[in-house]
Amino acid sequence: MSRARRAPWRGVPQQAADPGRPRLTTSAMIASIAGPDQRTRPAPFGHALVELARTRPEVLGLTADLAKYTDLHVFAQAHPDRFYQMGMAEQLLMLAAAGLAHEGFVPFVTTYAAFASRRTFDFVSQGIAEEGLPVKICCALPGLTTGYGPSHQATEDLAIFRGMPDLVIVDPCDALDIEQAVPAIAAHDGPVYMRLLRGQVPLVLDEYDYRFELGRAKLLRDGAEVLIISAGFMTMRALEAAKRLEADRVSAAVLHCPTIKPLDEATILREAGRSGRLVVVAENHSVIGGLGEAVAGTLLRAGVVPPRFRQVALPNAFLDAGALPTLHDRYGISADAMVRSIRGWL
Amino acid sequence: MDARKAVRANAPGLEDRARNIRRHALRMGEVQGQGYIAQALGIADVLAVAYFHALAYRPDDPAWEGRDRFLLSVGHYAIALYAALIEAGIVPEAELETYGTDDSRLPMSGMASYTPGMEISGGSLGIGLGIAVGMALGLKRKASDRFVYTLMSDGELDEGPVWEAAMSAGHHRLDNLICIVDVNRMQADGPSTGVLNFEPLPDKWQAFGWFAQRVDGNDIAALVAAFDAARNHAEPKPRVILCDTRMAKGVPFLETREKSHFLRVEPHEWALAIAALDEGRTA
Repeated sequence: MSRARRAPWRGVPQQAADPGRPRLTTSAMIASIAGPDQRTRPAPFGHALVELARTRPEVLGLTADLAKYTDLHVFAQAHPDRFYQMGMAEQLLMLAAAGLAHEGFVPFVTTYAAFASRRTFDFVSQGIAEEGLPVKICCALPGLTTGYGPSHQATEDLAIFRGMPDLVIVDPCDALDIEQAVPAIAAHDGPVYMRLLRGQVPLVLDEYDYRFELGRAKLLRDGAEVLIISAGFMTMRALEAAKRLEADRVSAAVLHCPTIKPLDEATILREAGRSGRLVVVAENHSVIGGLGEAVAGTLLRAGVVPPRFRQVALPNAFLDAGALPTLHDRYGISADAMVRSIRGWL
Repeated sequence: MDARKAVRANAPGLEDRARNIRRHALRMGEVQGQGYIAQALGIADVLAVAYFHALAYRPDDPAWEGRDRFLLSVGHYAIALYAALIEAGIVPEAELETYGTDDSRLPMSGMASYTPGMEISGGSLGIGLGIAVGMALGLKRKASDRFVYTLMSDGELDEGPVWEAAMSAGHHRLDNLICIVDVNRMQADGPSTGVLNFEPLPDKWQAFGWFAQRVDGNDIAALVAAFDAARNHAEPKPRVILCDTRMAKGVPFLETREKSHFLRVEPHEWALAIAALDEGRTA
């Protein structure tokens, strides 16, 4: 018996759509997450890697036919003799990086997060991590940063990779975070998975007294009623949400936690242990297996139980295709949706 | 001093080396009461030629930068490689008593973190050739004239990443990469022809841009010639030596036993097997 798909399809036929509601178009594969008036920097990963390579001759760049879409092309242009095009073969990409690391090099490899996590897990585990090799896996399209649908939406990459022993995991917020994380992960003598934002990347954290430190969470702003613990670009959204809540006289703190593993448990316990605050963990990732559950486990194991604990995260589902602003709002990770959620929880 | 030269000066012959490798493997099999002994006996001649004819290494310095790299992709052949490492003086012979026991440096599946001379952790089958591609690229970056050898089983040819790596090695013209395939035609679920047909093998590798040779993997003279040809081949291509081997080679009563991936040996038969090996020497 055939299991071929039949109606209802996930999309809505034109004639059935609400004529009063404009339909946004899905942009190119990688839409910028920058707002219209937001300050940005171009290709922070590529430029930071070029800068790092000036003083670290062992740094190499490898990709699986996605240099242009991960900003590695900037490195390839600056250091063509240190760039390897491995073809659209992600398993080989990881293994060849392992081989180069065996020979003393520090390979930065790029692809999309969905392919690195789902397709190459065993090769990262047994080729790289079990050997403790310093391969830096830097992946574009983490979480919900494309409207192309589940094939490219890595909504569970953190859940997949958190289970891998000895793998350090980083989810930077903005251009500044990426620029500072690149030399920091290179200095770590072991494997790293880092989520990338590419193209015109928002610049936010320069307005705060902040510096990226591997393994450290940083309090960006303090607040008495809500503590938002966040990673990735959701820290940008959390800062925006906190400003809007302030206008309503709701005081929210934001603790940016760009290193997902190892988690800065001491700082999280200290902040979550301060009495009475609503604790919200915000992440560009499935509600399963990401920062939220990592924080929850940390709190429970230490006997720190905040009066209320909530997650702003993507649902455990194969998400829709469409325009990113629509999808971020639909799944609750836009600043608007976040403010609505937090108000509802207070 | 280069071990290869030392060996050539005052060495036992390659047949003796192969027999010693088989004996070490049988003794390890006896310790554990089991093991991939049929594969170890089958690949012993290849390992003898690799370690006592082809490879450069220093027994007292397994990490010597000037060594040829030898990767064991097929991790469950560890018993065979341990035997070769013992024969080469990289692992002490007394240590074979610990094979597969708690806290041994010689676990059942080969891992770089456990054993001197083990370059990678194989075992998840199909990963060795891709790592070898990276190492070969790395050696070229360092302007090293060393070779990367990788030993894989024919069953690993079922794995997709092997062919990603094969295509890549051809693309990058990795003439410092020598892949050795043990073609014994037996996989976990039975004869390879019934599991997933991988023939015609030389045609496949040639089509991927490799210099391919197919030899009797239990004929030492043919292996010596094939290793020499692989090392000296003029074309800028990676090299593959497809070795047709006989499982359990060297122990007649095991050679004729019904072949399987995991050959069953009764407790009293290990000593008989070593005796049969020695009989072969005098015969």
